[in-house]
Amino acid sequence: MSDFTSAFWDYFIAVITAVSVLGCGVFLWSQSKRRVKVGTGPDPDTTGHVWDGDLQEFHNPLPRWWMWLFYITVVFSVVYLVLYPGLGTQFKGVLNWTSTGQHTAEVKAAETKYGPLFDKYLKMDLAAVAADERGRQMGARIFLNNCAQCHGSDGRGARGFPNLTDSEWQWGGDPQAIKTSIVEGRTAAMPPMAEAVGGGENVTDVAHYVLSLSGSAHDSVRAARGKEKFAACAACHGPEGKGNPALGALDLSNKTWLYGGSVAAVTETITKGRGGVMPAWKGVLTEAEIHLVAGYVQSLARPSAGAAAAPAKQ
Amino acid sequence: MNDVDEGNRVRAAAGEVARQAEAVQSLYARRVEIYPRAKIGDHLAWFQKWRWAAVWATQLVYYGLPWLSWNDRQAVLFDLAARKFYLFGLVLWPQDIIFLSAILIIAALALFLFTAVGGRLWCGYACPQTVYTEIFMWIERRIEGDRARRMVLDREPMGPRKFLLKSAKHAAWIAVALWTGYTFVGYFTPIREFGAELLALDVGGWSAFWVLFYGFATYGNAGWMREQVCKYMCPYARFQSAMFDQDTLIVTYDAARGEPRGAGSKKKSRGELGLGDCVDCGLCVQVCPTGIDIRNGLQYECIGCAACIDACNHTMAKVGLPKGLVRYSTTNAVRMRLDARAMRRRVFRPRVLLYGGVLLGIVAALATAIVVRVPLKVDVIRDRASLAREVEGGLVENVYLLRVSNTTEAPRRIALSASGLPGLAVASEARFELGPATTVSVPLRLVAAAEAVAPGSSKVSIEVRAEDEPTVAVRETTTFLGLRR
Repeated sequence: MSDFTSAFWDYFIAVITAVSVLGCGVFLWSQSKRRVKVGTGPDPDTTGHVWDGDLQEFHNPLPRWWMWLFYITVVFSVVYLVLYPGLGTQFKGVLNWTSTGQHTAEVKAAETKYGPLFDKYLKMDLAAVAADERGRQMGARIFLNNCAQCHGSDGRGARGFPNLTDSEWQWGGDPQAIKTSIVEGRTAAMPPMAEAVGGGENVTDVAHYVLSLSGSAHDSVRAARGKEKFAACAACHGPEGKGNPALGALDLSNKTWLYGGSVAAVTETITKGRGGVMPAWKGVLTEAEIHLVAGYVQSLARPSAGAAAAPAKQ
Repeated sequence: MNDVDEGNRVRAAAGEVARQAEAVQSLYARRVEIYPRAKIGDHLAWFQKWRWAAVWATQLVYYGLPWLSWNDRQAVLFDLAARKFYLFGLVLWPQDIIFLSAILIIAALALFLFTAVGGRLWCGYACPQTVYTEIFMWIERRIEGDRARRMVLDREPMGPRKFLLKSAKHAAWIAVALWTGYTFVGYFTPIREFGAELLALDVGGWSAFWVLFYGFATYGNAGWMREQVCKYMCPYARFQSAMFDQDTLIVTYDAARGEPRGAGSKKKSRGELGLGDCVDCGLCVQVCPTGIDIRNGLQYECIGCAACIDACNHTMAKVGLPKGLVRYSTTNAVRMRLDARAMRRRVFRPRVLLYGGVLLGIVAALATAIVVRVPLKVDVIRDRASLAREVEGGLVENVYLLRVSNTTEAPRRIALSASGLPGLAVASEARFELGPATTVSVPLRLVAAAEAVAPGSSKVSIEVRAEDEPTVAVRETTTFLGLRR
C-alpha cells in the first residue's frame, strides 16, 4: 500500500532518476572533452587552489580507464532501470521482478527441496511419527517456534494453558482429537456458576466437594454440603466429575489443575468462570507441519513412544 | 603529508624549465606503461633477496596451508555453510567473532607500528599486490625478457613471434591466477574434494564464481593494473602517510651528497668538475615499479620496495664511490646528518611506544582469551509465557530453554545442575549426550519447595559441565520466579 496514491509522484521520481543518470553521463562526456591550461603561473603543476594554508590542488590527471569505469556505472544504471522497477510504480521493469515474487520463488524452492521429507512423514500415522527420532526433532522445532509460547518449552503448559505431557486431555488424546485441536483450535468456556450453585458459602462448599473428587485436601463436612449443589456442574463435568472431552469440560477427579488446585483457586473458578482459547493453526502451519507437531505432542504424552526429552538438534 | 608535498615541489621545480610554455592538458591521461628493470648485476641484490624471501614465505603459507591435515580434516578451513572455522586444533564458532575483531585490531595496529618505524614496509614486501606483481613480472621476464627487450617487443607490430610470446605470457598468468583462485576457495570448502569436483567439472555456482573472480582479480591486478592499484585504488597507501613523521624510515636520496648530478669525465675528478656523487645513470628510475625518480624526494607513489637502493649501490660500487647515496634513512637523519645510532635512538618516540604498547596488550589479551576459552557455549532462555508453575508436592517449577553448544570435535556427556535457592533441583533430564560440534536445545525444569522461594524473582545459577572434563563448565545466572501468595 503506497503512501503516495497519486501517479504524479511516480513520474516525479522517474524523471528525477532518469535526468540524474543521463546528467551524469553528459557531465562525464563534457569533462572528458575538457582541457585545462597548465604551465602558467608561478607553480605550473598546481591549479592555484590552496586550502588550510598549504593544501594545494595539483594537476594529476586520472587514468583514462577510470573514466570508462564511470561510463560503465551509467550504462549499468540504465540497464538496471530497464530490467527492474526503479522508476516508480508505473513501469514495472522488463523482468517484472517484485520482492513478493522473489519471496514466493524462494518459498517454492524450499518446498521442492524439503517437500519430499515432509511428505514422507505426512504419509506415516501419528504413532509412527512419534516413534521416529528425526520426525520428533522436526516436530520439536515446530513446537518451540509456535506452541512453546503458551505450552512452555517442555510442553508442560502454564496456568490456563494445558500441560501436554500428562495423561489428561481436555479435548481428547487420540491422534484425531490432537490433530483437530491444532487444526481447528479450541474454545472452552465455563460460565460463572456462583448463582447456579446458590451463591455465598455454597460456592466454597462446592469447591471442597470438587477437591474431594480427586482426593485432594478438603473439608469433608463442606464437601458433603457441596455435593448436591454440584448437580449444576454435572451438566458439563458429568455426575462423577469425570469431564467431557467433547465440550472441553475438565476431568475433576484427578489432581491435574488447569487454573490451580487450592480452595481459593477453585472457588474463583466457580465464581467467575473460565475461558480458554487455543487458536486454529490451519493456514499458519502446513498440513505436514501440523502432522509432525501432533506427532511430537503425542510423544510428549507417551514418553514410552520415544524419549520425550530428546534434545532438539539444531 | 609535508614530505609528499615537498617531493612534489621538488619535482615541479625540476619540470619547470620544460613547461615554461603554456600547455593544455586533459583531466584524464593515458597510462604510461612501466617496464621495471629487474636485472642489477649478476646476482640478486640485497633487497631483491629480501623481497623474494617475502614472496616465498607468504606464498608457501598461502598455497600450502589448505593442503595440511589435522585429525582427519583440513587443518585450516573456514566452513561458512556450517559456520565453523577450523584453525588446526581450534574450532571457532560465530560466537567467537570477538577473536576475529581482535585479530583485525592487531593487524591494524601492527600496520601502524611498522609504518611509523619502517615506512611502507607492508607495501614494499608483504602486500599481495606487490607479491603477485613480483611473481607475474618474473613470468613476464622469463617469456618476454627484461626491460629493454619488452620495450622493443611492445613497439613492434603484431607478428607471429610477438603473438606467440604474448599468448604464452597470458596463458602462464592465467594458469597462476586460476590456481590462486582455486587455493582461495580451498580455504572455504575442502580443497581436495573441491579439486576432484573441478576435475569432474561438477562444481557449484558460487565456488566456480569465486575461483574465476579471485583468479580474474589476481590476473587483472598483478598483470595489468600493477602500480595503478597502489596509486589510485589502495586506501592503505593513502592513510599510511598519516603514520609517517620526520623519523620514519623511508627510501631517501641524499641530495646534499649527490647533487649536482652528472656523468663526470675520465680526465677530471668529480670534485674538480663540481659534481656530486650521483652519476645520473638513471638505473634507479629504470628499476622503479611505480615509475618515479626517487631523486625528486619522497613521493606518494613510492611503495618503499628499495629497488632503487639496490640499483644505486650497484652503480656506486662500479664507479668506486661509497654506497648509500640512495638508502633507507629518515627525513631528520638526512637533514641533521645523524649517524645510524642516533637514528636508531629516535625510533623510541611516543607514537611508536604507544602503538607498540597497545599492540602487545591486545596480543596478550587475545592469547589469554584463547587459552582460557571454555569449549562449551550456553544460552539460558527463560520461558516467557509460563512464569511459575505450581506442581504436586508443594513445589514451584520454572522452565528454561537451554541452548548448549559443544565447540570441540569430541562428544561430551553433559550434566546440568542448579543452585542459588534451598532445595533447588533439576526436575527434567539432567544428563544428556552432546555430539561433536553440535548445538542442542534442551528444555530445563527447575523445582524448589514453594515455601522456600520468595514471591517475585530470585537469582539462581545453572551450571552446565562436561562430566568427563571438570574444567569444561559454564555457569549462567538467570531468574527463578516464586508464586504470589
